[in-house]
Amino acid sequence: MFSSLLVANRGEIACRIMRTARELGVRTVAVCSEADRSSLHTELADDVVEIGPAPAAQSYLDADAILGAVKRTGAEAVHPGYGFLSENADFARAVSESGAVWVGPRPETIEAVGDKRAARQLMSDAGVPVNDGGPAGDEDEALRIAGRIGFPIIVKAAAGGGGIGMQVVDEPEKLAGAFRAARDQAARFFGDGGILIERYLPDARHVELQVLGLGDGRIAVLGARACSVQRRYQKIIEESPSPGVSTALRERMTDAIRSGAAAIDYRGAGTFECLVSGEEFVFLEVNARLQVEHPVTEAITGIDIVAEQLRVAAGADPGFDPDAVVAAGHAVELRVYAEDPQRFLPRPGTITRWEEPEGEGIRVDTGVRAGDAVTPYYDPMIAKLIVHGGSRDAALARARTALAAFTIEGIHTNLPFLAEVLDDSRFCSGAYDTSLVSRMRG
Amino acid sequence: MSEVRAEMAANVWKIVVADGDDVAVGDTIAILESMKMEIPVEAETAGTVAMAVEEGQSIQEGDLIATID
Repeated sequence: MFSSLLVANRGEIACRIMRTARELGVRTVAVCSEADRSSLHTELADDVVEIGPAPAAQSYLDADAILGAVKRTGAEAVHPGYGFLSENADFARAVSESGAVWVGPRPETIEAVGDKRAARQLMSDAGVPVNDGGPAGDEDEALRIAGRIGFPIIVKAAAGGGGIGMQVVDEPEKLAGAFRAARDQAARFFGDGGILIERYLPDARHVELQVLGLGDGRIAVLGARACSVQRRYQKIIEESPSPGVSTALRERMTDAIRSGAAAIDYRGAGTFECLVSGEEFVFLEVNARLQVEHPVTEAITGIDIVAEQLRVAAGADPGFDPDAVVAAGHAVELRVYAEDPQRFLPRPGTITRWEEPEGEGIRVDTGVRAGDAVTPYYDPMIAKLIVHGGSRDAALARARTALAAFTIEGIHTNLPFLAEVLDDSRFCSGAYDTSLVSRMRG
Repeated sequence: MSEVRAEMAANVWKIVVADGDDVAVGDTIAILESMKMEIPVEAETAGTVAMAVEEGQSIQEGDLIATID
């Protein structure tokens, strides 16, 4: 194992990665923007390097500034977290070329799956089912594809994620406008205006598999997560196992994704996202990095996914037996956002009071504490509440209690909305799909 | 005269209208960016607009964005 790790991220995920690094006896280096000088992740680190002004483009997305910090501190490895530069193949390559260890999939893999069009082709070639549709170079091609597969369709940016540029189109007249808007947003946010058109499955559920390529040809699949509670195509609540997915379907998905991951010689942690409709599934995309919701998988398997990432990167043996992964009970993750709970609009501000729930089966991952300013520069997610119980009902009951004990004052948060979801009959039945939130707020 | 104020701390990403333009209710006059989200600012009254901010400017909750006369 390397002796020091630079975490090229901020907020809760930087704190979470440093916690495991510390447990493994690895020295931690934080990077921060001017706006984050006194944030929690800088306090937890053994060493801190300020890399630039508040806007992410001038700090957390500034590869040269981060490479400078690696050099200056002599960090032996770099963990990118999620978002920011985590899926930037050039950055991954530059880290490796600088002599440091990149904690993530190989740059070639990041490149190959980073474009949804290419990922779709690779998985299809490996025998994994994919959705109807294809890449569209211009409005006419988009119309031709839509005409072939039928409306409604979904327009997606081929690069990037986070729901940016994503739009459902239900009639041909609206396609050109949606195509242009998606292309403009994709170009602005991801520097690549490539567009993918796919059939829209209104009743589909979002189910993803946690993959860990051990670097020796073995691919461990650590279970499925259900991620259908979403607003603006961003997840709010995730759970594992995925309710409503039969054992037979889960096994088919696991086998297909294991083959798909093996076909591209996947190394390290990654998430293979799928859409499930009835007993069918289609591959959606690969997130070639640690996923926000990885803690639900950790809760039911007892595997520390960050520790395994570090072991794979260091060429060490896994800390678990990949042939004997046992999932126990049920886990739910609730994402706490600094936003108004009605319209889900961002609400930056200063936290005046922060009291987290504690107790058996309860975990809170956060990067903030009382007194901190939540700034408009970064993502609105400020914490994750993860609860684990013997069954889904037990986990949900525990989640309700934990949520009621979570006190955040000074800023608006979606805590009241999370409580609403936990009391929603469709959510509680487990038979919900990605339309849940819009139905609740309809 | 009506004032258009910021609902939240944000960065002024784009100004869609020019000073002196006539706007109708519901017209987008500017687009803010906060927490990685684009938030359109709409005119709540009709009239002639005078912008109080520039593109790229950081604004706080309650700051004046424009007046509509």
